[in-house]
Amino acid sequence: MFVGYFTERPYQDQSSGYFGATGRSITDLTMSNSSYDPKLGADLYNRYLDEKIFAEEMGFDGLMLNEHHSTPFCMGGVMNLEAAILARITQRAKIVLLGNILPIWDDPLFLAEELAEIDMISRGRLVTGWVRGTGRESVAHNAAAPYNWERFQEAHDFIIKAWTQPGPYRWEGDHYHFRYVNPWARPFQDPHPPIWIPGVMSRNTVAWAAKHRYPYVMLATELEPTRESYEYYTEVAKEEGYETGTQHRGYLFKVHVDENEKLADEVGRKFVQGPSNPFLEGNQGTVRPFIQNLPGLTQRNNLLPTMRSFAAAASRGRAAQHKEEAAKEGKKVEPPKPDKPRDTYIDQTEKYSIISGTPDTVIPRVRHVLETLRPGSIFFWDGDGAMSHDDSMRSLRLMGSEVIPAVREMAKELDLKGPFEVDPQTNKPIENGDDTAASEESKDAS
Amino acid sequence: MAESDQFTHAELDLPTGKISYLQGGNGPSLICLHHSWGNPGVLELHEKLATEFTVLIPDMPGWGGSERPLWARTVRDIAILVSHFANHVTDSAYHLVGFGFGGYVAAEIASMSESTLGSLVLVGAVGIQPREGEIMDQMMYSHRQYIEESFRDRDSYVSHFGEEPPQEMRELWDHSREMTARVSWKPYMFNRRLVELLKNVSVQTSLIWGEHDKVAPIDVAEQYRDALRNSQIHIVNNAGHVVEIEASGEVQDLIVAHCGAQLNQVSHGG
Repeated sequence: MFVGYFTERPYQDQSSGYFGATGRSITDLTMSNSSYDPKLGADLYNRYLDEKIFAEEMGFDGLMLNEHHSTPFCMGGVMNLEAAILARITQRAKIVLLGNILPIWDDPLFLAEELAEIDMISRGRLVTGWVRGTGRESVAHNAAAPYNWERFQEAHDFIIKAWTQPGPYRWEGDHYHFRYVNPWARPFQDPHPPIWIPGVMSRNTVAWAAKHRYPYVMLATELEPTRESYEYYTEVAKEEGYETGTQHRGYLFKVHVDENEKLADEVGRKFVQGPSNPFLEGNQGTVRPFIQNLPGLTQRNNLLPTMRSFAAAASRGRAAQHKEEAAKEGKKVEPPKPDKPRDTYIDQTEKYSIISGTPDTVIPRVRHVLETLRPGSIFFWDGDGAMSHDDSMRSLRLMGSEVIPAVREMAKELDLKGPFEVDPQTNKPIENGDDTAASEESKDAS
Repeated sequence: MAESDQFTHAELDLPTGKISYLQGGNGPSLICLHHSWGNPGVLELHEKLATEFTVLIPDMPGWGGSERPLWARTVRDIAILVSHFANHVTDSAYHLVGFGFGGYVAAEIASMSESTLGSLVLVGAVGIQPREGEIMDQMMYSHRQYIEESFRDRDSYVSHFGEEPPQEMRELWDHSREMTARVSWKPYMFNRRLVELLKNVSVQTSLIWGEHDKVAPIDVAEQYRDALRNSQIHIVNNAGHVVEIEASGEVQDLIVAHCGAQLNQVSHGG
């Protein structure tokens, strides 16, 4: 079992008027950066890096970063910079990038070089993940939405070749053209860093990941649709002639641990507060559906079961379609009420979208997730929304002392092997791939 | 694609893909190029023009019922395909009328092969970057909002499409928007080289603009006028970007007057 830690790194500006459950909601891609305070930004970037260091000390196997653009809910616009810093200031944990938004890169050679440098500086701890990005990213970096999928695939092929085939050579593709490919930086890992693919809704991407035998990491989707999406991965894998295992399944979910139930409840509610985040259910602010559904960005009729969830659909600007589909099936859809965070918080705790409690109550709920989905990699999403540094640190400490050790025991019992124990490419055990040893070492250090 | 008694549906098979079009009327050929949101079928204006001309209304390649050229990357690619279509379905020089994005395509055609044109009419055309303001970016609106903004006001929009456009129409808009994005994502709806290329073009050109056009600023018309030496601007009062819908009678008169004046030249092989 691989256990990672994640936060969106929200821009928490208490004075902005946009912060907190009662603050003004943010409409996607409408908020001017004139209110951005670089001094606050400096504090927050350093806070989030410090928390990552502590997460490593607490025994997490991976420190996950992500990337969004032109939005206050995620400060990771240049995720690779944070990754490069972590490469130098951490010692053991994998640096998991989920992920670089390939289609918005006009120069994927630059990306191949950056990732290779991060892999070298970290001495082979990079896990690289690639995504197609949302409409927000296509608008913010002006990448033609209809070519998103083509550019994703071509950039992938280009980077793999840049990492594995000695140069120099030419690349004349449909979207990328290079007359001299010969990067003077190659990945530390041979042949290249592991590649994991995160996602939420695209069947195309799941099928593509399965064909490449890349682990697929579902991002905070509801349990049953997630399980069904994994099944789709398995179906494609069968067509490709191999069996899937837990090493091919990753899952990110919201977990907060605190010292008592009252505090856990109080802080858990902060997931749905802070700067509006369309991926934090109940905290959506106002998503502009046409931006999330730019023409040609994703196929309108090739979505995963995860889109059955109203919250997931709404975060991708598909609330109207969701209601129409439900109406066709004779179902009535009750969207969450963003003005009543208590309701959505309780709703999410009931369906395991948020797990917040003391170790005694969190551990059995995490077990339920593991039993239901059988992932080989999990990521605890914490420290988000309106959570403070102190909130994050208390949770990390308890995760390290009680939750992670319990999860490792469960993983043994349930035979949940991660992609560093069983190679997703070959399904063969990896020598010295038991991450328990690393955990024990970390526990001693703490 | 909506048809009428006067118009029939036809298809042209080209090696680059099938092109679907409507044809009606008698007289010299007049080709109408639709907005970026697709061919709505036979409009009142088309019916009126068909009394004077053989009106051809293609779904531009990639839109509506025409095959999508997945390789096409620029508006100029579309213009070349439309000119190939025109070469097949007309016997001599033809009149070319473009609405909005269709006007951009028409201007590109004029820059490449004006000898095939009897006359040119650009109605609320995009294709040139305004010196002030911007062409309204449909990618930053829902297709429904964008089309509403193409009318002079909401009442005018509702009187045409109703409060909620039919599903078929919304699907056409969605399908059309993808093709629009494929060829004009960036720069959005203009080609900086077009103004320069048009300076060599002498075809008689009418520039028809709605007084309240919120999509293509009037400065675009003025730049077309300055580039095209034989052109003049006609402002239609009380109309928006879709001037051909909101003031079909006046636009018909302007087109007939303009293209009719060139008939003599066309009949003499002009």
